[in-house]
Amino acid sequence: MAAVRPMTRTDGAFPERSVRATIDGRAVTVPEGTTILAACRAEGTEVPTLCFLENLAPVNVCRACVVEVEGSRALVPACSRPLEADMVVSTRSERVDHSRRMVLELLASSVDMSLAGPDLERWLEEYGADPARHGPLAPTGADRQARAGRHGSVAGEARATLDQPVTIDNELYVRDYSRCILCYKCVEACGDQAQHTFAIAVAGRGFDAHIATEFDVALPDSACVYCGNCVAVCPTGALMFKSEYDLRQADDWDASRQTVTDTICPYCGVGCTLELHVQDNRIVKVTSPMDHEVTHGHLCVKGRFGFDFVHVPPPGAEDTRR
Amino acid sequence: METSLSAGAADIGTAEERAAVDEILSPPPSPWVGGERSPRALHVARRDGTTLPPRSLLLPALRALESRVGVVSPGAVNYLAVRMDLPPAEIYGVAAFYALLDVGEAAPPVKVHVCDDVACQLSGAGGLIAALRERYADEGEASLDGVQWHRSPCLGQCDRGPAVLVQRAGAHAADIEVVAATREDVVRAIAAPGPSPTPPAVVPQVGDPSLVVLRHVGRVDPTDLDSYRTAGGYESLRRALQLGPEGVVDWVADAGLAGRGGAAFPTGWKWRAVANQADRTHYVVANADESEPGTFKDRVIMEEDPFAVVEALTVAGYAVGAEQGYIYIRAEYPLAAARLRHAIAAARQRGFLGDDVMGRGLRFDIDVRQGAGAYICGEETALFNSLEGRRGEPRNKPPFPTTHGLFGKPTAVNNIETLMNVLAILEFGPARFRAVGTPDAAGTRLFCLSGAVARPGLYEAPFGTRLGALIDMAGGLMPGRTLQGVLLGGAAGSFVGPTALDTPLAPADLKAIGATLGSGVVVVFDDTANLTGTVLRIARFFRDESCGQCVPCRVGTVRQEELVARLAAGRPHGTVADELRLFRDLAQVMRDASICGLGQTAANAVDSALRLGWLGG
Repeated sequence: MAAVRPMTRTDGAFPERSVRATIDGRAVTVPEGTTILAACRAEGTEVPTLCFLENLAPVNVCRACVVEVEGSRALVPACSRPLEADMVVSTRSERVDHSRRMVLELLASSVDMSLAGPDLERWLEEYGADPARHGPLAPTGADRQARAGRHGSVAGEARATLDQPVTIDNELYVRDYSRCILCYKCVEACGDQAQHTFAIAVAGRGFDAHIATEFDVALPDSACVYCGNCVAVCPTGALMFKSEYDLRQADDWDASRQTVTDTICPYCGVGCTLELHVQDNRIVKVTSPMDHEVTHGHLCVKGRFGFDFVHVPPPGAEDTRR
Repeated sequence: METSLSAGAADIGTAEERAAVDEILSPPPSPWVGGERSPRALHVARRDGTTLPPRSLLLPALRALESRVGVVSPGAVNYLAVRMDLPPAEIYGVAAFYALLDVGEAAPPVKVHVCDDVACQLSGAGGLIAALRERYADEGEASLDGVQWHRSPCLGQCDRGPAVLVQRAGAHAADIEVVAATREDVVRAIAAPGPSPTPPAVVPQVGDPSLVVLRHVGRVDPTDLDSYRTAGGYESLRRALQLGPEGVVDWVADAGLAGRGGAAFPTGWKWRAVANQADRTHYVVANADESEPGTFKDRVIMEEDPFAVVEALTVAGYAVGAEQGYIYIRAEYPLAAARLRHAIAAARQRGFLGDDVMGRGLRFDIDVRQGAGAYICGEETALFNSLEGRRGEPRNKPPFPTTHGLFGKPTAVNNIETLMNVLAILEFGPARFRAVGTPDAAGTRLFCLSGAVARPGLYEAPFGTRLGALIDMAGGLMPGRTLQGVLLGGAAGSFVGPTALDTPLAPADLKAIGATLGSGVVVVFDDTANLTGTVLRIARFFRDESCGQCVPCRVGTVRQEELVARLAAGRPHGTVADELRLFRDLAQVMRDASICGLGQTAANAVDSALRLGWLGG
C-alpha cells in the first residue's frame, strides 16, 4: 500500500477521493485520477515506456507500457489510463510480455536504437526481442517523399527500415531520423506542451509518417527558434546537439570523462537552472533538470546554446573559437 | 501563439489559391489576416474584432485548393496559416495525411484513381491498369497531356467494377465516378465538360414488399422532397416528436437495434448515454466514410434515398438533444455528397431543418463534410479529428465519444444503415422490427454482393439468412464454376471456405466459425480467382491505410505485408512453420496493443487465409 501523492492538501480543496484496485495481485490505494503507470511506479513495479515523459502529456503511441486489465478486450496503455476502482491489473501476464516483446522487436527491426540508452538495451534482452527474424535489412530506407496511402511493390526478402542520411542544416543540432521511433515528444515539446513554436509536426501516414517542417524545408527556413527542447526530450538520439554529434563522429564522445555542473543561466532574470555537461574542460551539452519547477527541463536558445563565451581563452592565449 | 510563415515560401499563394481558400473561409476582413494591404488599412494596428475561422474548415479549404489548382502549395499553406492562425508545419502535416490531396509545388491537373482492390481485381482492374499505362504513362508519372494515374483502394463500386475516380482540377473541376470502366470511358470522363452522370445503383430487389431499409429505393425520386413525402417521408420524425426524446430512445433500445458499421454496438445504449450527459452541447454524426473494401451499401442509400438520411439524422439529433449534425462522407462518393447537400437544402427550405423544425420550435441543422482519402477516418475518433481539421489519427478510448466526442462534447456517431433502421423502427414499432431476424440480432441486414455471382449488387435479408441462400439470391455462381471461398466483412473481416455456406448470417453463428458480418461485405471467389493476389492486396491495403501513430500497426502492417509476399512467392525465411509462428506473433500484438480497430483487425483476413491453407501450403 503506497500513496502516490500526500493526501494533505493546503489549497483548501476537498480531499481527493482514493481508488482501490489490484495490481499484480496486490491491493493498492491511490488518489483518483492516478494513472496505472504512476501507481505501478509508486509500488516499485517497472513498466517500460518510450513515448512517455513526466513533463509532457501522455500520447500513448509506443504501446511499450501496455498492461492487461481484467474485462478489457485489448491491452491498456498504463501511461494514460487512470486506475479505476476495483480494476484488476497484470503488468507481466503472458499477453503483456508478448506485446512488449513485439513492440520492442518491431521498433528495433526498423529503427537504429543503438543510442536509446541502457534501459532499452535491457528491455530488448529481458523481453527477448529478436529483430533479425524479420529478415535482412533492406538496402534503402523509407521514402520520406512517399504519398499518403501509396508505396512501392514489396518482395519481402529484406525488411523495410527508416534508414536515411543525417540531416545537418544548422550549427546547433542535427536530425538523424533513421533513429526516430515517432514518439511525438519533439512535436509536443515544440508545440503547446512547452515551446509554442510549432515548427514541426507529424506528416505523411503509416510507415512513412515522419517528423517534418512544412514541406520538409530546412530548419533555418522554418519557424524553429533553436531552443533545443526537442533535443532534450528525444529518447533515441535522433535529435542530437551538434557538439555531441561532432564528438561522436570523431569517436571522442566519452560520458565517463564528463562531469555535470549545476549553475544558474546568466542571461535573464528568470534564473533557469542549467546542467553543464563538461568533457575535457569544455562544455559539450547543456540541459536542465526535468523536475525543476521553473524549467521542467525546457530552456531557450540562450541558456541552451549560448555558452561559447565560457571558452574564451585567457589573455595572451590564442583564440581558437570559430 | 505567433504564426511564423515559412521562409521556404516567400509568398502567400496565387490569386487563384487565395480565392479557393476564401470561398470556404469567406474573404479576409482585414489586411492583418491576409486581406489587401493598403497603407490606410495597415494604419490600424488591430484585427478589427475579427474572429478566426474555425479549424474545422481546414479540410474543406484544403479540398478546395486541390479542386481549384490541383495541389496544396507552400504559398497556399502560408495563406491558410495567415487566415486561420495555424502553424504552416501543422497544416502541412494535415494535408500530407490524405491520399487525395497533393502537396508540393505543382501537380498534374488530372488524377485518375483506379480501384484494384479485392472486388475490382475480380472484374478486370488488371486489364484496365495495363490499358491506362499504355495510353498515359507509368503509375504516378504525369503524361504529356497532364494525366496521372494511381492504383486506389476500394472505391465502393464493387458490384460494377472496375471502378475509377477521376479528380479533375481547374476551371472544369469535377470528381467523376466511372463504373465498369474501360480505357475509353476514362478518356471520355477526363475530356467531358462537366461531371458525367453516374448510372443508378444496382438494387435487384427493388419493389420487394419485404424490404425494410431499402423500401424507398426505386420508389422515390432522390432529388424531390415531395416524392419522398408521398412515399411516407417525414412520418417517422412526426412520430418521434409525439414520442418525445426519451420515447424515441426507448423504442430504439426495445427494438434491439445494433450498429451496422461493423462493431454492432447497441444504438439505444449509445443514444441514452449521450442524451444523459449534463454537458449540454451534444452532436450527432452520421458516419458515411464507408471505406471497408467490398462495401457500398451506404453509398446506395445516400444516392437513392438521401431525404431519409436527413430525416433519420434529425431524429437522432432530437433524441440525444443535439442542435447540429454532421455527415462525414468519403471523398470517393461525389454523387452521394451532392444528393445529400441537395436534400439538406430542400429540407431546410421547407422547414424540416433549421431554427423551427416542423414548426415545433426545435433547432437542428446538418453540414456535409467530405474526407480526402483515408480509410482510418471511418474510425469514429479519427473521424472527429479529421472533422476538427487535424490529422485523422484515432484517439485513445476511454474516454468514449458519448462523453468526449466531436469538439470534446458528447457525441452520437452512427452508420448510415443504422440510422435508416431507426426510421423503420418508428414507422413499424419496435415489436414488428424485432420480429424479423434472430433472437440476438434484430431486423435485416444489407449485404454487398460482389465477385463471382451472376447478379452482384446490394441485397437486404433478415439476420440469420444462410450464406448459401444469399448467394443464391444473387443468382448463384456462373454456370460451371465452383466456389473457392468468400470474404465476409471486408478486409477487416475474414475468408471462409465452401463449408460455411450453411452458416446463418447472424453474430453468434459467425463467431462460432471465427468470422463476422462487419459491414455486410460478401465477396465471392470462384475457382478462377487468384486468391494469393487478393490476400496480398489486403496486406498492402492495411500498410497503406495505417495512420502510423502506434507501433504495433505502423510497423506490424509492414512486416505482415513482407511476410505475405514471401509466402506468396514461395520463398519463406527459414521454414513455413517459422513464418507461421512469426505471423501469429505479429497478429497477436496488432490485436492486443493497437490503439484502434484498424490495427486490431489488420491480421484477420490474412489469418483466415492461412488457416484455409491458401498461402504457403
